[in-house]
Amino acid sequence: MYTQALNSSDGDDRGVEDVARASQFQARIDADERIEPNDWMPAAYRKTLTRQISQHAHSEIVGMLPEGNWITRAPSLRRKAALLAKVQDECGHGLYLYAAAETLGTSREELVDGMLSGKAKYSSIFNYPTLTWADIGTIGWLVDGAAIMNQIPLCRCSYGPYARAMIRVCKEESFHQRQGFEIMVTLCRGTAEQKAMAQNALDRWWWPVLMMFGPPDQVSQHSDTSTKWKIKRFSNDELRQKFIDATVPQAEFLGLTIPDPGTKQNENGNWVHSPIDWDEFKQVLAGNGPCNRDRLAARRKAHDEGAWVREAAMAYAEKRKSRQLAQAAE
Amino acid sequence: MATPNVPLWEVFIRSRNGLAHKHVGSLHAADSTLALQAARDIYTRRGEGLSIWVVPSNAITASDPSEKGMMFEPAESKIYRHPTFYDVPDEVGHM
Repeated sequence: MYTQALNSSDGDDRGVEDVARASQFQARIDADERIEPNDWMPAAYRKTLTRQISQHAHSEIVGMLPEGNWITRAPSLRRKAALLAKVQDECGHGLYLYAAAETLGTSREELVDGMLSGKAKYSSIFNYPTLTWADIGTIGWLVDGAAIMNQIPLCRCSYGPYARAMIRVCKEESFHQRQGFEIMVTLCRGTAEQKAMAQNALDRWWWPVLMMFGPPDQVSQHSDTSTKWKIKRFSNDELRQKFIDATVPQAEFLGLTIPDPGTKQNENGNWVHSPIDWDEFKQVLAGNGPCNRDRLAARRKAHDEGAWVREAAMAYAEKRKSRQLAQAAE
Repeated sequence: MATPNVPLWEVFIRSRNGLAHKHVGSLHAADSTLALQAARDIYTRRGEGLSIWVVPSNAITASDPSEKGMMFEPAESKIYRHPTFYDVPDEVGHM
């Protein structure tokens, strides 16, 4: 669900590549051809995509944690079933994305180990806690809403396996946003306490969600190569603007207040916002968000506790294989 | 902390509409039984299929994309294999 624009392209080693091949490659991109796993590609294209797709996959997997926190405490069976299905989808999205990243030549194990060791990044948004049930509604409404803005253009990304994975993800994502908004509608039509809970969740999530789109265009110097390679089709600020324009009227419908007194419509009809606190974003990315350590610890625990299952499954597969070979030899 | 490598499988699903099995993606699993179960969980959460095939990825022989020119050349020049190559008088109508 949540690729984040924290991916920088490595433009540096492009000069070293075979110039003719690189220009042929660019011509294919310009002609809107899809690049497939066994096609020639510049090393920097491979590296940029491996990092972006695997970060996206890690985000899906880590993203299961804040919501998983509420599965056992959902207020009704209907909500519980929906949340469980949503978290299962996030797992599925992570797996589609890992499979796409692997086609670039890095093994699943290396990718997963990169996340567990803390070397690889994932979306900053999942380092915030889910304190109340209204957070689950807000995540579906805003976090998934922001993710959809980011992901729809990725369905046309130049790398075939990534684009195909994103098509599947986007088809499933719309349910996530709608279930979140439904939770918000219910809370906002409920008691005064319920409505206050919804407002409180919006207050806490609004700014972190705006940060999901990544640094402002004037400081994200690496987007150029990604744009040229048609990995990225819209700038961070363009996507953020689209998101705000879509979301402000939804908040109005709910009767909630955007926690930014600077929110107002300009002469073009776009909603403007006050400056974003990018120091907070940098801190969260650097590992100092409210939940960074918890999230990694939970992933490591799950990985370690599942080790015996993976080993047993492999041992059983080996045993059956050798038994079959022995039978065939008789 | 390195994780042992688990075999890779390609997943094919036949959808409800009676079309052939179609490649939908890949996954890692220790054996074919686990691969089928994982394929169901990963690729058919919304009733996408009536039948699943899983094939070890290393059992697939693929054409070389860098030789696609030569590989598909025989079909390039044979426009007479297409119905539109042939003229049917307008009076005859749809054929």
